[in-house]
Parts: sequence; structure tokens; C-alpha cells
Amino acid sequence: MEILMSVVIGILFAVAVYLMFSRNIIRVLIGTLLLSHSVHLILFTMAGLQRGAPPLLFLEAEAYADPLPQALILTAIVINFGVTAFVSVLVYRTYQEHKTVDLYDLRGEKDE
Amino acid sequence: MTLLHFAVLAPFLFAVLVPFLFKYIRKIHTGWFVLVVPLILFIYFLSFISVTSDGRDEMQRMEWVPSLGINFDLYVDGLSLLFALLITGIGTLVILYSIFYLAGKKERLNHFYVYILLFMGAMLGVVLSDNIIVLYVFWEITSISSALLISYWYTKKASVYGAQKSMYITVFGGLSMLGGFSLLYVMAGTFSIREMVGNADIILGHDLFLAAMILVLLGAFTKSAQFPFHIWLPDAMEAPTPVSAYLHSATMVKAGIYLVARMTPVFGGGAEWFWIITSFGVFTMLWGAVSAVRQKDLKAILAFSTVSQLGMIMSLLGAGSAAFYYMDGDNALYTTAILAAVFHLINHATFKGSLFMVAGIVDHETGTRDIRKLGGLMTIMPVTATISFIGLAAMAGLPPFNGFLSKELFFTGITNVVQYDMWNGDTIGMILPVVAWIASIFTFAYSAIIFFRTFRGKFKPEALPVKKVHEAPAGLLISPIVLAVAVLLISIFPNMLAYTIIEPAMMSILPGILSEGSAFYVDIYHWHGINLELMMTAGAVALGIVVYITMDKWSKLGIYQRERDIMTAAYDNGYDLLIKGSQLLTRAQMTGMLRDYLVYMLLFIIGIMFYTMFRFEGFHFGMDNASDIDIFMYFILGALVITVLLLPKVNNRMTAIILAGFAGFLVAFIFTVFRAPDLALTQLMVETVSVLLFMAVFYHLPNLTKDDITPLTKTINIVVAGLAGLMVTLVSISAFTFGQTTSLAAISEYYIENSKILAGGYNMVNVVLVDFRGLDTMLELLVLGIAALGVVSLIKLKVRESDDV
Repeated sequence: MEILMSVVIGILFAVAVYLMFSRNIIRVLIGTLLLSHSVHLILFTMAGLQRGAPPLLFLEAEAYADPLPQALILTAIVINFGVTAFVSVLVYRTYQEHKTVDLYDLRGEKDE
Repeated sequence: MTLLHFAVLAPFLFAVLVPFLFKYIRKIHTGWFVLVVPLILFIYFLSFISVTSDGRDEMQRMEWVPSLGINFDLYVDGLSLLFALLITGIGTLVILYSIFYLAGKKERLNHFYVYILLFMGAMLGVVLSDNIIVLYVFWEITSISSALLISYWYTKKASVYGAQKSMYITVFGGLSMLGGFSLLYVMAGTFSIREMVGNADIILGHDLFLAAMILVLLGAFTKSAQFPFHIWLPDAMEAPTPVSAYLHSATMVKAGIYLVARMTPVFGGGAEWFWIITSFGVFTMLWGAVSAVRQKDLKAILAFSTVSQLGMIMSLLGAGSAAFYYMDGDNALYTTAILAAVFHLINHATFKGSLFMVAGIVDHETGTRDIRKLGGLMTIMPVTATISFIGLAAMAGLPPFNGFLSKELFFTGITNVVQYDMWNGDTIGMILPVVAWIASIFTFAYSAIIFFRTFRGKFKPEALPVKKVHEAPAGLLISPIVLAVAVLLISIFPNMLAYTIIEPAMMSILPGILSEGSAFYVDIYHWHGINLELMMTAGAVALGIVVYITMDKWSKLGIYQRERDIMTAAYDNGYDLLIKGSQLLTRAQMTGMLRDYLVYMLLFIIGIMFYTMFRFEGFHFGMDNASDIDIFMYFILGALVITVLLLPKVNNRMTAIILAGFAGFLVAFIFTVFRAPDLALTQLMVETVSVLLFMAVFYHLPNLTKDDITPLTKTINIVVAGLAGLMVTLVSISAFTFGQTTSLAAISEYYIENSKILAGGYNMVNVVLVDFRGLDTMLELLVLGIAALGVVSLIKLKVRESDDV
């Protein structure tokens, strides 16, 4: 299962990177979203995908799933939401001001 | 901190006062205050003659960075004392001269004297430091102060060009030298020159010997303007004449000579050292002399003549290094070259210093230095003409002047090479005296050109910018007169210097090779009988006269018209190429495109990752402990893969949002399957809100369009993205396998055991977040707060027309 997951994560990551290479800032935004999904899944897979009980002590199980990566990923999801919200508003405002979402046209030319 | 340390630092300390003196005491020329410094130092250093002439030396230690072996240790022996006296002695005269030369009301004297003092202190530091790192620091300060002085009249384009050029070339040499010094440290295990001399045997046999030697010589050759690095010196003539007289003829350009002399006991005694220095020296001598004849500017002639004379001294130091091969200091056959080098060093400082000052006077009084406009000044400026005659006669090597004495010794030293029975001295070595002799012909010729074209011939007042030409004021004449008198004194009583200055200096260049109780043979006199050297001088003078007389004929040739050195063209083109090349590189690299930067970064990360994994055998692959795959997981993962693969294709923005959201929900599903209820809940919530947010935002945005990129760019994008995916897959598999096979205990056990006991919670993930790592969660809230503030202010922000976002 972990091997298969790793392959899926690789595909996710590759597509995310490919989207970020785009000239269109909206695709870059979607790319960052996918990138964070793949990173979360890496953290999750690294610890092993054993089918122990969920990390809830009152279940009084023999084995639990590893709680630490879960805590890390939870933090990451929330932070990522903050970033996504900020970037999407940034994209929105950029388009409002410059009437373009093409990164090539958005380049600064003063410092060249 | 001894008196000697204070002496080296005194110019720096006084430099702090100069701007105040300039600002508040305008009535008195700032130079009068500055003059005190070199004068006192000169008298102070004179007191060391009694020490060094007894064959003793003095060392004063001061710790600076003892843990690295870098100490501010100063050392006075014959060689450093000779230089210290030149620096302070000529320095006194030059500052006196500058008081009258820079008499204009608008001169920025505060700058000028600060730079001069910086240079003086740094130069004293170079010649007195025992520690090569300290020496290097002072060495670079001389380069910097030299560039600052060349660009003193910084509104002139040529000044800035000359300053830049000298800076690039000498700092390049300085850095090479630092490399050489580091290698010396590796070999000898010390930064102290004296200790290196003691360990010379280890250095001589070391593998790094040649590399260190060449690097150190690069430093010396760039500083002392040896071919092909000499090109900075003629352009340095844009500096005010006192600076040219001081830095660019008498002292700074001799720092390279000093370094070679100082390092002779360390490197000397091998064929490489001998041949590199003598051949470069002799060739520079010829190149400088031939170039000097072509110049029309008085100072340019003197600059190329300096190049030539520096080459001559350099070649002598090379020839004299043979004494270390034979370890025989008693035989004058090997030591005469060193004697000639030291003696000519002193002579050159005296006559060239006075000649530069004379050139400055001519410039000052007539307004030009162009020999085509000058002429017939002898009757108008008799004193100046007399001084320059003495200096030029010494430079040309006419008897009985001191230049003649050292030129004879030079011929002896360089012809002795033929008698060396090693390193092909008796075969290829024959070339050296021949080239040197040809160079001497031109030396005579350019000396004659300076004198006759400036002071004899027809006076052409209409060509001169200054209408009423008269003799220079007394103040300007004092310094050159003092130097001319010194030339005469040395000419008449050459042995006055023999045992006070020259012999101690030879002792420090050639230590430890004299037999017990004997001394170097230093007896300088005029008449040696009719011998080879005298014939060489006579021949050079005769042919030099021929060259001068036929000047009207050959000056019509094209080569005479070309004043610029061909090496200058090489430098200019190289410089332009460097600028253009780096601009090209920068433009190619800094495109302003997010995509390009991402590609660079990812390629670098992928490269370093694969290398590290390969190099340290980081790849692990194992199926042990891998959990089983449920059939329905194939569907879930298959759906996820298809969804994300579709994403780059779609052009409808709403479809894109829906696909992205779908992928997010599938991730949440995976979390559920693998026993992570908290994650699944959070992911679901966040994904829902995100999709809503995107809907709101994307509603206002245009539809996606196909990227307008070339097929090549697209291929590169796909390849890099694929590589990045592969890297992530491999890292993920390796990390999992490593985690399963290693015997290290997982830290999770701690949380599983202690969640209830320490925190009283059953949900371990929540306990970790709010209790064990509670502070992290607090900061996470802070991040969210900042993001929220950012969102609000972005929406409120109104960009005005004029603003560039």
C-alpha cells in the first residue's frame, strides 16, 4: 500500500509542479494547492499506513495509528488554508489592478 | 604596543586629524601639518641604522589573533629599514613638494592628505610586518589608497579609468598572493616570514612549492608592473605628480621588488624562481624602454621608464638567487646581482623621484607635458633644467653619476649568469645580457628625448597654454634639488651607503650563506679598467645617440604614432567582454519569470538530492511491513490520479475548481481510511471553504487559456516536473522503508503512553496539538491572523494611478 501511495504522491507532486510552471497565475494557485496535498500525504505515508485503531485512547486498542504525523499534518492543513486564502485574494487584486493573470505580462521591467 | 608599532600606525592616526585641520585652519596649507609625520618617522628610522649595520635586527611582537597565528609582529632588518627610509624620506620631500604643487584654493586637500597618509602607513606596514597575513592586509590598503589617489581628480574620465585599472590588476595580484600565502602556511605551518626562512627546506621539497611560488609572484609582478601587468602604471599617471613621484616610482611599485627580495630565502635556489624572475624582469626592461621612446607625454615616458627600471631590478634579484643554489655568499660572482639590485633601488628612487617632480614643474609652469609642444626651456628654467640633467644622466647611466655605477654593477650581475654552470645559464642565459644591453640603448635614447625635447631646441610659446613661462617658485624646487644633491652625493661617495644600508639589506636578502666572520663584498667605485661592462655602457650610449639623432626619421613610422600599449588593448577588450558576458549571463538567468526561477531551484534540489541519495546509499526499498491493499483503494487512488492529471488540461476555471476540490475530498477520504478522523474532518472543512472561496474569487477572473509556450519549454516543464515527482516518490519509499527497518524507537510511543497521564486527554492528536506542542499551535493561530489581516488589507488597498505595484 505504501509503495502504491508513494507513486500516487509522486504523480500528484509532478502535476502540482507542472501547474506551477504555468504562465497563468490561476494555474499556479491550483498547483500550490495540489502541492500541499501531496506533502501531507508524504508525511502520512512515511509513518506507515497500518490499520491500527484511530489515535483515540478510549478505544483501548492493542495498537494505534501514529498520532504525531497526524498532528503535524493537521497544523499544515490549517496553515495551508491561510496561505491559499491570502494568495487567492492576491490573485484577485492583481487581476483587478493589472487586468491580466499572465505572469509574463506581470513582470517588473524597472530593474532590468 | 611598542614605539615601532606606533610608528607604523602614526600615519593612520594622523589621518584622522587631517579633515579637521583642513576645515578649521584654512590659512595654513594642510600639507605643513602632514609634513611633520614622515619627517619624524624618517629621523626615527635613521636611529635603526646603528642596529642593522652591526648585523643585528629588532623584532617587536604584538598579539592580534594569536589563536590563528596572526600577530602584528614588526621586524626591522637591513631590507625593511632600507624601504622604511625610502618611504619616509621620499615621503617628506613629496609632501613638501605637494604643498606648492597643490596650492590652488579649490584642491580637496583633506582627501589628498588622508589618502597619502593611509598609503604611507600601509607601505610601512608592508615592509615591516613579519606576519604575511598582516603584510597582505597592508598590501591591499596600498592598492586601495593608490587607486584613490589616481582618481583624485575624479571628474576626469581618464583618472577614473586609470584608478579602476590599477585597482583591478593589483587587487587581482593581491588575491593571488593571498592564495600563495595560504599555501605557504600549509607547507610551513606558520605565517611568520622568519620562521618560513627557517623551514625553507620543507617548502623547497613540497608538492605545493611551485603553485605557491607562482601565486606569490603574481602578487609581486602586478604590483611592480612587470610585463604583461605593467599596463596599469602608465594610466596611473593621471594622478597628481607628487603621487606619481611617490607611489608610482619610488615606493609602492617597489613593494613587489620588496616581496621578491623578502621571499628569496624561502623560494630561492631553484631553477624556476631564477628563470621566471630574470626572464620576466629582462623582458619587462626591454618592453618598457622601447615603449618609453614612443611616448609624447613627459610623465608617460617616465612611467614606461619606471616599468623598464623595475624590470631591471627584478631581473637582478632573480640572477642573485643563484647564491642559494651554491650556498656561497663569499663569492662575488653570485652576490653582485643582489648588490646591484639594492644599489639601483636606491638610485632609482633618487633620480626618478626628482625627474617626476621636474615633469610636474614643467607641467605646472607651461601647462603642458607634451614633448611636441615643449622645447627651449633651458634658458627660461635653468634650475629645473640642471636638476633634470642630473637625473637624466643618472638614468641614462652616464659616468660619473650613480646610475652609471649601478648600471655597471647590473651588467656585471647579469653577465655573471653566463658563468653559472647550471640551469642552462651558460647557454640560454646568454640571451639575458644581450636583451638587457638592447634595453639600455633605448634607456639612453628616451633620457635624451626628455632632456633635448624639453629644454633644448626652439622655444614655442604659441603652443603653450600658459603665456608667461618662468622658473618655478623656490618651494617647488626644494624637493627635486634635495634629490638631485642626493644623486650627486651617492655618485661621488657611493661607499657612504655601502656598509650602512646596502650590506645590511643584502644580509637580509641572502641570510645564512656567508661563511663565519666574512662579509659581503660591497665596494663600489667608478673605474674598473677597460672591461666588458664599460664597453657595454659605451656601446649603449653610442647606439642610443644614433637612435636619438635618427628620431626625426623613425618618428614618422606608424609604430611611433601608436602610443597605447598592445597589452592595454587586451585589457580593454577583456574588460568589455567580462561586462558583456556577465550581463548576458544575468539577463539569461534573471528573466523575471516565476517559471524559470522554479525550474532553477527544482533542478538544483533534484540534482543535489539524487547525488546525496546515490553518494550515501540513501535509497531503500522493502516490501516488509507494507500494509495490504484493499480493492476499493485502487478506485480511490485511480480517481485521484485521473482528477489531477485532468487539471492541467481544463480551460474552464469553474471545472478546474471543481476538480481541485474533488481531489481534496479524495485526500480526506484517504485520511478516513487510514484511521485519521481528525485529519479527515479538518480536510473536509478546509476543502469546502476553499472551494467556496475559489468560487467567489474566480468568478471575477477570466477563464484559463492555453499557455503560449514553445514546445521546447513545454518538454522541459514536463521533464522537470516528472523528475520532481520521481524524487518525491523515491524519498517517500525510502523514508518508509528506513522507518520500518531501523531499530530506533519512534517518538510517538511517548505520546501514546503519556496523553492520558500527563495531559488527561484521550484524543492523542488533539493532546499533541493543544498541550504537548501548544506553543506551536499558538503561533499557528498568529500565522492565520496575519494571513487574515493580509486579506483584509489587500481588499481595502486602493492603488493610485502613479503607483507601480
